[in-house]
Amino acid sequence: MPRVFDIQEIAFDYEGIPAICGLSLQVEQGERIALVGANGSGKSTLLRILDALYFPGSGSISFHESPLTQNRFHQDGDFFLNFRRRVALVFQNPDVQLFNPTVFDEVAYGPLQLRWSKEDIVRRVGETLESMAISHLKDRPPYRLSGGEKKRVALASVLVLDPEVLLLDEPTSTLDPRSQSQLIDLIQQWRGTAKTVITATHQLELVEDIADRVIVLESGRIIAAGTPPEILANSELLLKANLIHAHRHSHDGIMHSHPHSHRHGHHEHEP
Amino acid sequence: MSDSSFMALTLRGFARAFSKALLSERTAALPGFLQSFDPRVRVLGLFSLVLAAILCRKMTVVAILFLLATTMALASCVSLASLAKRVWIVVLAFTGIIALPALFVTPGDIIFRLPLLSLPVSAQGLQTAGLLLMRVETAVTLTTALVLCTPWTHILKALRSLHLPAEVVTMLAMTHRYVFLLIETANQMFESRQSRTVGLVTGPEKRKMTARTAGVLLSKSIDLSHEVYLAMVSRGFHGEIRLLTDFHLRARDYAMLMAFMLASGLAVWMGR
Repeated sequence: MPRVFDIQEIAFDYEGIPAICGLSLQVEQGERIALVGANGSGKSTLLRILDALYFPGSGSISFHESPLTQNRFHQDGDFFLNFRRRVALVFQNPDVQLFNPTVFDEVAYGPLQLRWSKEDIVRRVGETLESMAISHLKDRPPYRLSGGEKKRVALASVLVLDPEVLLLDEPTSTLDPRSQSQLIDLIQQWRGTAKTVITATHQLELVEDIADRVIVLESGRIIAAGTPPEILANSELLLKANLIHAHRHSHDGIMHSHPHSHRHGHHEHEP
Repeated sequence: MSDSSFMALTLRGFARAFSKALLSERTAALPGFLQSFDPRVRVLGLFSLVLAAILCRKMTVVAILFLLATTMALASCVSLASLAKRVWIVVLAFTGIIALPALFVTPGDIIFRLPLLSLPVSAQGLQTAGLLLMRVETAVTLTTALVLCTPWTHILKALRSLHLPAEVVTMLAMTHRYVFLLIETANQMFESRQSRTVGLVTGPEKRKMTARTAGVLLSKSIDLSHEVYLAMVSRGFHGEIRLLTDFHLRARDYAMLMAFMLASGLAVWMGR
């Protein structure tokens, strides 16, 4: 499989506050990766670096062996459009992603920027709205929608581009259970295809369904990587990454303490 | 004003802002007079009339322009009530305060004196204040007619096609988006505050709360501006406004543009 991203020892900070520290990562085409970590572990920042919205202060990042640098994005318009066509990011907060007067305009925004023909745009937008079951919202202003509807429109606005790499930042955070499972079904459909999906989440219950490889982040560093069963079985690691917590309670007057997580809607206690 | 009415009024204000925005979108979609012309003609034509109103020195000419603006707005499905509430009363209140001193400080023929204070009001002062008020009423009526009858994205594309720098157009596009996000955020903050407020809140506390809300909103607006810009870039935004709708100038658009220019030129000449 060709290598999509090659990240070597990158570092990034927000006005002196480190967010990513010496991180290296290789992503192959067709991989489904889950980035897990507690709040502030650097998941969202890493996704933005992968989407070339932020550029690392040190280290290097390349996309299909082509270096991603700020100068290149400013100076090479064709490269900019080609990259935006192939890589897409769904933001955690759908409100920042929805800035057009109607849902139809919102979904058409990306294809318009990428200079698709008008006929293709109208056809593709119609198909995408249909597949996301939001055709009935097409004339509504996005800021008047419910949280779940906004998230669906934000997803549609990216899926319409049929990107080669899909970056999802907490995609299920405001979705109801039915919409959550529809999104998971969608990601599962892409298994075995050339589509690369990288999902940032702190919901461990999703990981087995949406990823073949899990990367655990803490304070901007990768502290572990492996298959979902390997990572999820390592309570010590999950506790260290603040993804599960120690649960204290008493049995017959004797205090117990053990790792505690919520997976698949059930509480899981480990002895 | 009791605390609950203060909160309720603020929340109602936010809801009104949303419904006004919705009303604007609906008006722009109606088959009215201004709506039937190319957005570039509307932008150029109405701005030229605004310019003419500003340059005019004769009250009668500005009054004719005001009547023209009102007629065009009414023919474009903008209701008289909407114009009165959104434009005339607001302008009268704000510009009235600015224009008021001119009544008393402009030297000239005194036509009457204010009772009790015995401040003299001159005919020239009355004319200066009236002209200022009429100019602002006309300019704001024209601008409101443009904004209500043209979708915001079309105004932006028209401005861009009239060679306004891409940076300025981007700034306008994002400002429009923030207004709603910030109103929504402020609404949530007030709702959350209302749900946790028991008993009466004193005047100083209300002022403190308003100041705190303004501070938080400012800080949030900076974060939002950055986030929205990133979201636009992520989907291929490179400084140009692109729309599905293509603008086409037809013979009637050229004719209307000529009419706008002629009316503006005539107004400036007659009002010099």
